[in-house]
Amino acid sequence: MSFALRKDPGGVVVVGVDGQLIVSNRHELKQKVLDAVDGGARKVLIDFGNTGYIDSSGLGALVSLAKKLREAGGELRLAGLNQDLRTLFELTKLDTLFQIADSADEALRAF
Amino acid sequence: MTVPLRLSVRRSDVPLPETARTALRISLRVPSELDVVEQAVDVVARHCVAAGLSARQARFNLRVALCEALANAMIYGNQLDPAKGVMVLVTVTEPQFTIEVADEGRGFDPGALADIPLPQDLEATGGRGLFLIRKLMDDAYLNDRGNVLCMVLRRA
Repeated sequence: MSFALRKDPGGVVVVGVDGQLIVSNRHELKQKVLDAVDGGARKVLIDFGNTGYIDSSGLGALVSLAKKLREAGGELRLAGLNQDLRTLFELTKLDTLFQIADSADEALRAF
Repeated sequence: MTVPLRLSVRRSDVPLPETARTALRISLRVPSELDVVEQAVDVVARHCVAAGLSARQARFNLRVALCEALANAMIYGNQLDPAKGVMVLVTVTEPQFTIEVADEGRGFDPGALADIPLPQDLEATGGRGLFLIRKLMDDAYLNDRGNVLCMVLRRA
C-alpha cells in the first residue's frame, strides 16, 4: 500500500492509491493531502485506478478531506473506481457527495 | 511492522446438521494491531477462494466486511490491547461460508446489528462499518455476549 503524489501541469494534485485504503493507512493519506493543502493545493484528485478495496475508515477519511478542502476554498474529486468501489460508494450514497470520473485523465480534463 | 500470523486449516470429518457432509474450517489468530488487518484479510480471502468462494465475493464482499469486523474487534472490542487477539474462524459448507470474528472484549449489545441505517449526515466521517457488513453479507449477527460477530456469505 502506498500513496504517490504528483502535480498535474494544471495545478491539480493527483494522489494515487496503490493497494487498499483502510483503517491502517487512512491517516497517512489524510496527512499527505493535508500537507499538500497547507502547501497551497486547492484541487486534489484521488486516483483509485490501482486500488483493491476501501473500508469505512477509508471512506471517512475521504469525507473528512473533502470537508477540509472545501473549507480551504478547494475541492476533492475522485477517479478510477472499479465496479466494486463504485458499488461501495453507491451503497453508502457517497457517490452523491463526490464528483467521480471514470479515469484520472478524464477528471483532469474537467477539473 | 509485519507480525507473523498463525494460520491453521482443518477439515472436519464430523457430519454437520446442514446439507454438507464435511466442513472445511479455517482458523486464524490475529494480534490486535491495525497494521496486520490487510494481511489477515488477504490470508482468509485466499483460503476461501481455494475453498470455492467466487472471486467477486472474495474480492469485494468478504474483504470489505472482514476488514470492518477485524477493525471493530481490535479497536472497540480489544481496545487495541496488544495482549489480546482476535480469532477468525471460517466454516465452509455446501451452501455457505460462515465467518466468525471473536474478540476478547466485554461485548456489545447483540441487537446492535439488527437494523443499521446509514448516518443521516452524509458528511459524517464514521458510522458506516456495521452498515457495510449488513449490506455485504447475506446475514450478520452477534452472539449473546456480543463479542463474536458471525457473518454468513452464501455461495453465488
